[in-house]
Amino acid sequence: MAAMKVRWGDTLDEDDSLPQNTVVGPDKQGIKTITIYKKNDKGETVKVVTKTRVSRVEKKIYAVAADRRSRLKRFGEATKEQAGDSVTVQQAEDIPFDRVQKARQTTEEKRAEKEDLKSALQGSDKSAVVGSLRDMLYRRRMERQLALARGQIAAPERPPDEDSEAGGTLPQAGSKPGGYVPPSRRAGATMSDGDSMRRREENSVRVTNLSEDTREDDLRELFSPFGPISRIYIAYDRETGESRGFAFVNFVHRDDAARAVAKLDGHGYDNLILRVEFAAPRAERS
Amino acid sequence: MRPYLLKGHERPLTQLKYNREGDLLFSCAKDHHPTLWFSEDGARIGTYIGHNGAVNTCDVSMDSTRLLTGSSDSSAKLWEVETGRCLFTFKYQAPCRAVSFSINEHLAALSTDPFMSTTPAINIVRISEDPSEQSDEVVQQLTGFSKRINRVTFTDLNGVLMSAGEDGVVRRWDLETGKVKEEAKLHEKEIRDMQLYKDGTHMVTASVDKLVKLVDTQTLEVLKVFQTDRPANAAALSPIFDQVLIGGGQDAADVTTTSDRAGGFQSRFFHKIFMEEIGSVRGHFGPINAVAFRPDGRSFATGGEDGYIRINHFDNDYLSGRFL
Repeated sequence: MAAMKVRWGDTLDEDDSLPQNTVVGPDKQGIKTITIYKKNDKGETVKVVTKTRVSRVEKKIYAVAADRRSRLKRFGEATKEQAGDSVTVQQAEDIPFDRVQKARQTTEEKRAEKEDLKSALQGSDKSAVVGSLRDMLYRRRMERQLALARGQIAAPERPPDEDSEAGGTLPQAGSKPGGYVPPSRRAGATMSDGDSMRRREENSVRVTNLSEDTREDDLRELFSPFGPISRIYIAYDRETGESRGFAFVNFVHRDDAARAVAKLDGHGYDNLILRVEFAAPRAERS
Repeated sequence: MRPYLLKGHERPLTQLKYNREGDLLFSCAKDHHPTLWFSEDGARIGTYIGHNGAVNTCDVSMDSTRLLTGSSDSSAKLWEVETGRCLFTFKYQAPCRAVSFSINEHLAALSTDPFMSTTPAINIVRISEDPSEQSDEVVQQLTGFSKRINRVTFTDLNGVLMSAGEDGVVRRWDLETGKVKEEAKLHEKEIRDMQLYKDGTHMVTASVDKLVKLVDTQTLEVLKVFQTDRPANAAALSPIFDQVLIGGGQDAADVTTTSDRAGGFQSRFFHKIFMEEIGSVRGHFGPINAVAFRPDGRSFATGGEDGYIRINHFDNDYLSGRFL
């Protein structure tokens, strides 16, 4: 190791090259020496020598008695045994150790759960829908409260101003600084497409009698099985920041909205009975 | 796992026992011939011929030379393990339900059932080293209970005999005085099986009341309760993992009315500490009456009401303990 011939190829990248790490032993005393070369933060080469005493523990099982017994003479009924009797058979089939699956939530399971909800919503049994919805929403709410208590997520953001309701901004869009904002949502863009505006009004569903801590995500999860959603708005009190107990959900397709109204109106949710209806046109409301 | 099926018995199995090294497996059934098998490949070595009734129980000595069996023909027999020769017969007035060698094997406990007008009893007899000097003199008789005893075992350096029986009560008998030291009603219904952990500190009791309990041997305090939805006929503790093996299934009388899938005839594994079911191994067509772990923990045997013994060698997946 010490008197190593320098080959021409090694001289080229001399700066990076480190001597070979070596492992010597274990010798007669059972000492193993490990030498490691490495560079420290300042770029200096450091040699680390680790000496370890290696001891080996052997455990031998002398199965003398068992070995002798393995040649035991047959007695009793076994002496009369014929070759074809097949008293002992090894089963051809492989019998597995059937493990009980732990109720651990994987993404797959979550997806399955959603599918479950979807199928339940399509079915006629309302109780199944309410059951799974309530479970899911309750769990999500609890998770969020826990995360809030731990400080993992921020407190509910300040409610949007009433003006923005008319503007129809998706609260997520633009909330991230630097995020993509479509041209139609950028400052100065005019809502020129009056037709689409009207359509959105048509597809808007008003949800009332919501519990105070219902959040947008909850509603998204509740309504998304029916179809694509373009906007969700929850009315917050401007002074207190609390939910005012109603929300608007805009669907892309009116059919989806109609199904949502049909299915979810009168459903129990967070101990309250939801009222879901088509939102009245703005003109009528005022 | 590709289990070995041992079809040596024509009637339901009653008990399975491995010897200390784990190379031999002893089986008793309601037919008259206790049988000796190799635990590795399930080959039959021999049968012990002499009983005239269902064999309820057996126990094997530490050096694997003597076998003690208790039978419903109102006798218990002492056998030479390797030849199948009957060395001695203990005759009683009632079926012999439970037998156990003491720790040094100078004594043995034999329990007899309540039968006709006789009251149940546990008889302690001396086991001589030389079989020709063997006598059936009862050194000590434990009485004072009315229901039959299904399992007995010596603990506390032979100072205490534990018994479990039909009344669901586990008793600790002081062998100095012959009186009950402690007793506890652990189960509502009959206790079918009681097996000690390898170090003797705790044990499992399996009962028809669908519960299996992990019990402190000294205090009879219930440490853990395992819920099974079927009557539990047998339970054993893994010597290498924190696991309880439970065998059972619905009542033998109702078996023909249901399919094997509905009957719950699997060998079920529970975590000893968390009391959760870990997994199960299927195979039997009837309730499991007897379970035993090989002392090295790498294999287990189950005996069913269907007359089959199944020897299952665990695969590496299980032995790695990854899913515990």
